[in-house]
Amino acid sequence: MAEPRTSFEIGGMGHSVKRKEDPRFIRGQGNYVDDIVRPGMVFMDIVRSPYAHAKIKSINTEKALALPGVAAVITGETLKEYNLHMMPTLMSDTQMVLPVEKVCYQSQEVAAVVATDRYSAADGVELVEVEYEPLPVVIDPFKALEKDAPIIRDDKEGQDSNHIFHWESGDKEGTAQAFKDADVTVKQDIYLPRIHVASIETCGIISEFNSVTGQLTCWMTTQAPHAIRTVIALVAGHVGLQEDKIRVISPDIGGGFGGKVPIYPGYIIAIAASVVTGLPIKWIEDRRENLQADSFARDYHMTCEIAADKDGTMKALRIKTLADHGYADAACNPSKWPAGLFSICTGSYDFKTAFTEVDGVYTNKPPGGIAYRCSFRVTEAVHAIERMVDMLADDLDMDPAELRLKNFIPSSAFPYKSPMGWEYDSGNYEGALKLAMKKIGYDALLKEQQEKRERGELMGIGISSFTEVVGAGPSKDFDILGLKMFDSSEIRIHPTGKVTARFGTKSQGQGHETTYAQIIAEELGIPVSDISIEEGDTDTAPYGLGTYASRSTPVAGAAGAMACRKIRDKAKKIAAHLLEVSEDDLEWEPGKFSVKGIPKKASTIQDVAFAAYTNHPQGMEAGLEAVSYYDPPNMTFPFGSYICVVDIDSGTGEVKIRRFVAVDDCGNIINPMIVEGQIHGGLTMGFAPAMLEEISYDEEGNMTGGSFMDYLVPTAVETPKWETDKTCTPSPHHPLGAKGVGESATVGAPAAIANAVVDALSHLGVRHLDIPLTPEKVWRAIHKNGS
Amino acid sequence: MATQSITVTINGEAKSAEVEDRLLLVHLIRDNCGLTGTHIGCDTTHCGACTVLLDGTAVKSCTVFAVQANGREVTTIEGMEGEALHPLQEGFMEEHGLQCGFCTPGMIMSSKHLLDKNPNPTEEEIRWGISGNLCRCTGYLNIVKAVQYASNKLQETPTE
Repeated sequence: MAEPRTSFEIGGMGHSVKRKEDPRFIRGQGNYVDDIVRPGMVFMDIVRSPYAHAKIKSINTEKALALPGVAAVITGETLKEYNLHMMPTLMSDTQMVLPVEKVCYQSQEVAAVVATDRYSAADGVELVEVEYEPLPVVIDPFKALEKDAPIIRDDKEGQDSNHIFHWESGDKEGTAQAFKDADVTVKQDIYLPRIHVASIETCGIISEFNSVTGQLTCWMTTQAPHAIRTVIALVAGHVGLQEDKIRVISPDIGGGFGGKVPIYPGYIIAIAASVVTGLPIKWIEDRRENLQADSFARDYHMTCEIAADKDGTMKALRIKTLADHGYADAACNPSKWPAGLFSICTGSYDFKTAFTEVDGVYTNKPPGGIAYRCSFRVTEAVHAIERMVDMLADDLDMDPAELRLKNFIPSSAFPYKSPMGWEYDSGNYEGALKLAMKKIGYDALLKEQQEKRERGELMGIGISSFTEVVGAGPSKDFDILGLKMFDSSEIRIHPTGKVTARFGTKSQGQGHETTYAQIIAEELGIPVSDISIEEGDTDTAPYGLGTYASRSTPVAGAAGAMACRKIRDKAKKIAAHLLEVSEDDLEWEPGKFSVKGIPKKASTIQDVAFAAYTNHPQGMEAGLEAVSYYDPPNMTFPFGSYICVVDIDSGTGEVKIRRFVAVDDCGNIINPMIVEGQIHGGLTMGFAPAMLEEISYDEEGNMTGGSFMDYLVPTAVETPKWETDKTCTPSPHHPLGAKGVGESATVGAPAAIANAVVDALSHLGVRHLDIPLTPEKVWRAIHKNGS
Repeated sequence: MATQSITVTINGEAKSAEVEDRLLLVHLIRDNCGLTGTHIGCDTTHCGACTVLLDGTAVKSCTVFAVQANGREVTTIEGMEGEALHPLQEGFMEEHGLQCGFCTPGMIMSSKHLLDKNPNPTEEEIRWGISGNLCRCTGYLNIVKAVQYASNKLQETPTE
């Protein structure tokens, strides 16, 4: 985008306006769910299973109930009386709230204790006696599909295996033929391990039920309050919880990253407990519960193949995936997309044909699948294609940058129809990669690497040129539980020209209170300081699908712009009335209408707002407000090129990221400071799984790494010093030309790091390493398993 | 459960309470005193969201018993602002050193400890100084800049 159209005082698009939310956060005056206290509130704590798969023979609650302070113990049997022991997942699968027959993963909720304070509730948990009979455990998804594997979901009628779904996209036959005809083919198994978002605030809820009015109010850590309200009404409508009497409030949220989209059993137990006891119930999970039972991401076993001509022209891509979903399909993908948007896997390259298939599998692990700052499996897709491009370059003895530049979809080809059916809106892939190469000094690095290799030193350079697909999404293709994935904005201009605007999304740190105000400032010329943004209260905000998958700016931001344009249309009529001219004689500049040719004869937007309530034209409705439910015509396709330089200590296997240059293109930018902050954070959440984070299980289903002792979230010391830059290719269909940026860096970064490490070791015969690239794994690769 | 009478000076104000021996300092601060700016993010002393100053030294208040603070002085995020914002608070805002805000109070208290001991830290020293505090949003780069902002400002105009 060119220079900002508005002044800094107005603060429209392109200004690095300081965040409106910061004054409360820097004073410790944020209002997170655990900060809220309700009169008469009691606490809930949860008994969890030590087994990954076991029959429940008995639950004895006597001792717990005898403990002073304990008010109730809720079990699956309690909930079954109300038919609340099962609930739907957001993928139309089912999931236990509390078990009646058996548990299916370690740390699964088994019972809940309600007591007067946190400590008594925890004491009560210790006193609940559960007798288990262990069952055979299935942890490996490949073994889960074997004929004699124990059936995990024997509660589901007709479920005679652990297979959940088969999904495919692309041209199977055409791709097979292209592979037959190709000069060169490369095949590689790639595993992206299970990881966890570990937002610093865990999940929690306060549920308060008024038995006289039937009103249920839930303050909870949810990224999608409206959808959650509908789900609560669907789950518990039969016990009298009506949607008009359910109020879900998302207060300040301490990081979400997708981990606060699913409906966890703890929420539903707390709601049920508040209805049963009549008391306001607070449940706040601790970190171990958060890591051990909440939604995970990845766990994708991919077999990737790429076909090309000898000159490096890429021809076809084929990927077969086994997706480990754990005990239930609770991945929160849009309904038609059980493997998310994985079919973006042809990436930034002009493939003629491609095919991908994904099979989902049940195992004895917690459910989930996509919660890690990742737009519905796009990270998996990017990792697959970007690793394969590097392997192809290695086989062809071509420079990986040169191979990319040769095969990029050219800027002239947009809008571009991909072989998987996506219509990419806009792109300039060559521009982003060339800028990254220039910024990092690519040619000099190649020379340095050559010299270092001759001296026996290990240095690697890795590139990732990713294409994202965000902004879900057009209603013809996108829904969650049937709810179309539009989003919304309701804007009211008050008589004094100040604004209250509400949105269907919910910020978890993205800075919506600032960026949405900037969108309104851009469209109406009202200063950001005069605009209040509200989100997250279902009683006041218009219905929307929430904030995840980088959809806030592409969808709700667009709704904000469209609502402003409705307001401006009415404002123009009022201005014509005030200035006693025809509408056609007026022209708009941010903040005022003036008469063409007579710039001094003007009405400011504030004049118009006052007149809308005090002097509106006869025959026109009073007031100045509008609502927009925006149904995007297409997805947006942010992109970027990242280059990473690593040095490896061959004695210890330790990888040091010396430099990391990230060039992003997210279209027109609303707030450059916030966008850069999102990229810094996203890069760090790409670095984390590439280098440190992994959740794994032993054969009995015991989780290893279930606390911050073992699950290594990066600190300031390990985290690289990010270098960022940008190009700007606006989206042609978004009203502001914006694309969304929250997840780009998480999606693009791991492949750049993995490519750099493999590049550093390629002359030793290393072709591929799965992430995380721990010193041990790297050391073994260097020393060929210790030889 | 055994209880004890304790008096803790929190942000300059003496608070007396009858507490269980096992009560954690963070719960005394949050639940008994209603100072909810100090957050809880883990139970293993790793995340640092609960960092406060105990007699001027940064401690993770989820791993200190309230009774251990008896007769001592605690400073929380709510005690940082005097007549004006503390330069650290200002720095976090100016340099976009926060996003969701959950780690921010603990991060500011650890940075306060660092700058009290080392008024002019290098970037490396800042990174080590906040290495007991996890942030999932910012990637730390702007937090480092925020601490540098405060370091510069404190040296220009000493506030205490």
